[in-house]
Amino acid sequence: MKAERIKEVNVKMTWKEIVKQRKLILLSLPFVAYVLLFNYVPLVGWVMAFQKYKPKDGFFSSKFVGFDNFEFLFVNNPDFIRVIRNTLAMGVINLILSFAFAIAFALVLNEVVHKGPKKLVQTISYLPHFLSMIIVTGIVRDVLSIDNGIINDIFIKFNLIDKPINFLTIKPLFWWIVGLSNVWKETGWNSIIYLAAITAISPDLYEAASIDGAGRLRKMWNITLPGIKPTIFILLLINVGNVLNAGFEIQYLLGNGLLQPVSQTIDIYVLKYGISQANYSIGTAAGIFKSVVSVILIFLANSSAKAAGEERLF
Amino acid sequence: MEVIKQYTKRKRKRFNLKNTIYSGTIGLILLIFVIVTIYPIVNTVAISFNEALDALRGGIYFWPRRWTLNNYSTVLNKESITTGLYISVLRTFVATVLHLSTTALIAFILSRKNYIFAKPISFLYVLTMYVNGGLIPGFLLYRELGFMNSFMVYIIPGMVAAFNMLVIRTYMNGLPDSLEESAMIDGAGHLTVFVRIIVPLCKPVFATVALFIAVGQWNSWFDTMLYNRLNEDFTTLQYELMKLLSSVSQLSGDANVTAQTSAATGSAQVTTTSVRSAATVLTCLPIIALYPFLQRYFVSGLTIGGVKE
Repeated sequence: MKAERIKEVNVKMTWKEIVKQRKLILLSLPFVAYVLLFNYVPLVGWVMAFQKYKPKDGFFSSKFVGFDNFEFLFVNNPDFIRVIRNTLAMGVINLILSFAFAIAFALVLNEVVHKGPKKLVQTISYLPHFLSMIIVTGIVRDVLSIDNGIINDIFIKFNLIDKPINFLTIKPLFWWIVGLSNVWKETGWNSIIYLAAITAISPDLYEAASIDGAGRLRKMWNITLPGIKPTIFILLLINVGNVLNAGFEIQYLLGNGLLQPVSQTIDIYVLKYGISQANYSIGTAAGIFKSVVSVILIFLANSSAKAAGEERLF
Repeated sequence: MEVIKQYTKRKRKRFNLKNTIYSGTIGLILLIFVIVTIYPIVNTVAISFNEALDALRGGIYFWPRRWTLNNYSTVLNKESITTGLYISVLRTFVATVLHLSTTALIAFILSRKNYIFAKPISFLYVLTMYVNGGLIPGFLLYRELGFMNSFMVYIIPGMVAAFNMLVIRTYMNGLPDSLEESAMIDGAGHLTVFVRIIVPLCKPVFATVALFIAVGQWNSWFDTMLYNRLNEDFTTLQYELMKLLSSVSQLSGDANVTAQTSAATGSAQVTTTSVRSAATVLTCLPIIALYPFLQRYFVSGLTIGGVKE
């Protein structure tokens, strides 16, 4: 941070300066062209949402239809309403579970006094973060499998059930399976930032609490947890905006025809309508809806954090 | 002070039992956590090394019962898997080198002090973290650019990720100015300064960003599905694994025994389960094998990025 400020010397943009910096400008040109082409040109494609886009007509000759595509999505379309419900429900479940588990894990791990075991557990904990979703969903299927899946094995061993259950065909369970799969993959990784925040808490606080006779549990609850509260709030704000983004890979890979009413999310809908059925306008409209809701969510979260007097993003 | 120390010491002794129970509970929770984390991976490895028909009897948890390499030889004799392996290795290597070089170069340009366009160009890049056209406009653009059924789709898009650029730029901004200033006085150009002075100093951050890029490339499957589904020459290992896993996922419940002849080992019995586990292990092997040595770089990247936020 400090270093950055030192380097920021303001130079006015004059022709003389431009000529002087021509080499840097020349070097930057390809990068500007690249980012414009790959990141900003696609934004022009949003115009498709307001057209009846046909590839042979292109953006310029396709017929404009106003909000017809949005009307198709929202008026008398129980499919799309269900898709929104699924996306939101899984987004919220993911958000709550991933926060609860990451914070709890960081708190518990922080209680380990010996450095060696602590480091080892932490290293193991974030290994799944680096596995691809293909592998993770394959593992989830194996664990829940009805032939020799470990969950069924355990349930049968403890006489909780008589015969194996095919968990991936039960609709009410699907959202929670998705949530817990994410917990398995990301808990360790998500906890890193909390563990870093915990190290910043002053040891004096713990010492003072010990003298007052506080036990370890009390110190965890009354010092460590409040100490990482600002971090929790900031991450919560960032992630609220992402609630609708949490729904593609895992649902796509774990879902099946039977589960479609609960597994289909906005992104999968876009893929199905937009790409597989080449209905580009509908797909783009659904994509725009998602982006707009995300932006609204992040502003809502930010202003409610402001009202509550907590940390905020902007 | 002495009194307080004695007091706390006595206190600690008195609560010894309570403390032991507490530590024991913590230990138990973490033990369960570790088992839940690694069991599925270990179990997959165990099944992949176990004789396929024997594995159907169940009861294999942490260790194979009857060792065999048949599952692996069957997998490695599938042409789709070997092609996928080759493409995955190639794309990971090419993209990591290319993306890291370009990201480092633009980070260097944007870290030049007094550069008048540093702010607007940074803004263009940072904004991409929040705004994007979405799936379909991107798809149509890539199709227009001729990325359908081509290797290019793996390495040309996403060449400069804004987050990686910020991580490298933050690191460069923290380097001392004196070295490059003396080089500049000696008449070195920007590129000479970049190659001779900045690059050697940035090795730690480059390692971190290279790892992020490499893991992302290795794990990526959606681009294959979207653009190279129809071209078997360019499908990646992850995509082939996905095909393998999803082809039987709907049928679980019956044994799915298939007898296949393996050229390397003569006649060998394999099942879809055993082939799938061998392919899974093969696909995550590079990550698991390199993970213990490289994991500190992963975390340091997160903290460097965190400083920026």
